[in-house]
Amino acid sequence: MAGQTFDRRHFLVGGAAIGTAATAAVAAEKIHDGELGAPAASYRGAIPWEEGAADAPPGVSGTDFKFFTAVERTFIEAAVNRLIPPSAVGPSGVEANIPFFLDRQLAGPFGRGDHYYLGGPWRKGAPEQGYQMRFSPAQLYRAAIAAIDRYVGASFNGAAFAKLTDADKDKVLKGLEAGTIALDSGVDAKPFFAMLLQNTKEGYFSDPIYGGNKDMAAWKMIGFPGAHYDYSDWVSRHGERVPYPTVGFKGRPGWTGA
Amino acid sequence: MTTTLKPVDAVMVGFGWTGAIMGQQLADAGLSVLALERGPWRDTASDFATGFAQDELRYMWRHHLFQNVADDTLTIRNNVNQEALPMRHLGSFLLGTGVGSGGVHWNGQIWRFLPSDFQTKTHNAQRYGKKAVTDNDLTVQDWGITYDELEPHYDTFDKLCGTSGKAGNLKGKIQPGGNPFEGARSSEYPTPPMAQTYGPTLFGQAAASLGRHPFPHPTGNLSTAYVNPLGAQLGKCTYCGFCEKFGCGNYSKASPQTTVLPYLMAKPNFELRTECEVLRVELTPDRKRATGVTYVNSAGEEFFQPAEMVFLGAYILQNVRLLLLSGIGQPYDPKTGEGVVGKNYAYQTMSSVNVFFDDKILNPFIGAGALATVIDDFNGDNFDHSGLGFIGGAYIAGMVTGGRPIEMIYTPQGTPAWGLEWKHAAAKNYLRSFSLSIHGSNMSSRFNYLDLDPTYRDIHGRPMLRMTFDFNGNDHKMSDYLTDRAAEVARAMNPREIKLNRRVGAWNVVPYQTTHNTGGAIMGDNPKDSVINKYLQTWDVPNVFSMGAGAFPQNAGYNPTATVAALTYHAAEAIKSQYLKAPGALIQA
Repeated sequence: MAGQTFDRRHFLVGGAAIGTAATAAVAAEKIHDGELGAPAASYRGAIPWEEGAADAPPGVSGTDFKFFTAVERTFIEAAVNRLIPPSAVGPSGVEANIPFFLDRQLAGPFGRGDHYYLGGPWRKGAPEQGYQMRFSPAQLYRAAIAAIDRYVGASFNGAAFAKLTDADKDKVLKGLEAGTIALDSGVDAKPFFAMLLQNTKEGYFSDPIYGGNKDMAAWKMIGFPGAHYDYSDWVSRHGERVPYPTVGFKGRPGWTGA
Repeated sequence: MTTTLKPVDAVMVGFGWTGAIMGQQLADAGLSVLALERGPWRDTASDFATGFAQDELRYMWRHHLFQNVADDTLTIRNNVNQEALPMRHLGSFLLGTGVGSGGVHWNGQIWRFLPSDFQTKTHNAQRYGKKAVTDNDLTVQDWGITYDELEPHYDTFDKLCGTSGKAGNLKGKIQPGGNPFEGARSSEYPTPPMAQTYGPTLFGQAAASLGRHPFPHPTGNLSTAYVNPLGAQLGKCTYCGFCEKFGCGNYSKASPQTTVLPYLMAKPNFELRTECEVLRVELTPDRKRATGVTYVNSAGEEFFQPAEMVFLGAYILQNVRLLLLSGIGQPYDPKTGEGVVGKNYAYQTMSSVNVFFDDKILNPFIGAGALATVIDDFNGDNFDHSGLGFIGGAYIAGMVTGGRPIEMIYTPQGTPAWGLEWKHAAAKNYLRSFSLSIHGSNMSSRFNYLDLDPTYRDIHGRPMLRMTFDFNGNDHKMSDYLTDRAAEVARAMNPREIKLNRRVGAWNVVPYQTTHNTGGAIMGDNPKDSVINKYLQTWDVPNVFSMGAGAFPQNAGYNPTATVAALTYHAAEAIKSQYLKAPGALIQA
């Protein structure tokens, strides 16, 4: 580096190479994502550079379920297909592979509450104070699914949630959403429903590397072209449809045939 | 056991925008400068390269670049009668961490406050009467600094970032195409405004038809390539729609990484230590001078770092906590109104209006952090508030930061949040909807403040910070009035329908609003009313400086970063020209 100027081109070249390699790779899981999470380091005299240090996204692989039991999976499939039902317009929750997405999220750092503060003491608090349960997300799903099935069993002649009619499923989901259904085992229905709905939409619309949004069909349904990085040519073409094919981090089906 | 290290001239606590700017200024003056950052090193190629930067799940919803509340959080409540409970998950604001901090994942919205914003108390009392600044328990104050004093430093920050925009007031002469309400600028923006997409263009036409004064949002997402005075090169923005909450993979968004660090990190008299968290500022027994800081690294080892000057450059919530934990300044007591540290915590009062078309394709995914057409007709004191019952205002922006589908699908009034009706509304409206953002001021009031929590402790055993906050009557009236003004523009866009998302009810920590927390370490012209003087120097311990938006006595209707940066440059100038020659109070109390 000459004098005190800085030549960005070296870094752009390096960045592009790393970016391309990283999209195909599955990153090693981070030990801890946050403050004081890596060894302390001292930097002096230059911008640090480390080969292969790209912080690639933690995509998932496989098709097996790691978190949900068979009973829980039945509940989740029934629930996400009411939150996002089948229709000709676009994929349903199950068609978008949301149960698998949820399974891998709950089996990983999110499920463990990696970005939640879960220390005590625990009080219910006001709704404005947000999430106040002691459960990590994985613990909450486990406790809530069992508690909902117990509620359904007691209120609908021994049935499980998945066996209810669509109308009754919606009735239960609305009761959870409004917090009018009381669940046992310390599960607060309203924040559980909020988490389930949020995670369901995440599974519908996140990049397919995380296991949901199968075939990018949810993106195609709304018209979002995906992980493009340059729309410069279309900024001033007002009102026109952008003809770019939908693309994810791993590309799109057309790429493999070339 | 605490290890004592080799002394330095100046230590930066935290390494975001303020630490980078002050560090560069003092390193250039020849001082030995050390920055202590509790998060990791981060840079474009390694941490948010174009190949994987557009990841809504990972960055926005899994908080990959944000402060991890598992490591550090605060407690929150709406009023003094509630028990404060921990913020267990990020929501309302998305705190930064790591090198560059919030400067990495901001939108790049670069605003100057209005000249009258710096005299909130005297200006409004003079024009609207004394009650206007005391009703609703308001505790607004003047800043102890004027726009004219800060203007050269706003200008420096614009040139550092390469800000794209169009001046509306050049040296007192109103310019066509810019913001006619802004304070006088000494020079034109370094780069021209961004090209506007369809939605902001329609907004601008509608606003003009109502007699408003639309102009392009000033932005740190650059309209063209730019080399700044430190030799750093920024590229032309590609409108990928992933700014806010994301790092820019394209070197197109001004950040410490893209504007300061390539220069500063090369200097031999500058050192950065990452994964090192400052626990407190150490004072002499008479508490009139700081001797340095004590910090702990990620291995749990504790160090005392001696320093001639200490600069608090963490986020405001952390700066205020460090002041309280170190015993610098008298803590504020809302019962008596006495004390200053923690006083006048404020936020930003946000609302929005969604607009839905049948016949127009808006392509919301073509976006950028500050891609907007804006009107400033109802901000600050740009309009007559007589009889309205509030002070302050907001800018109204027809804005497209992006079309990220988990977060940003707008559905018409009455649409359920799930089910077939939601799904079909999402499919129908995603490409045909648009949002107007109403970015409102937040006037400080007596019972909105920060102190130490009596119950909850952090991983180091220190009390958490406690935030007591709710929107006051002034804020609600302002926001309702401004939302109505935005709705007028929305209707003038001739849509199928609109939806008003008013600011209703108590402040809620769950939905994202903005990361514009202010106050608690406020500036002023005397130590009875403020923590720091206009050079960001604490009144009580003259070799401790508190940077950042904690200095704001109340929050104006603009994004804070440019004002934070200008205050930092202004302080650096006084330190270099006065303090280094004669260390001590820059203003005698």
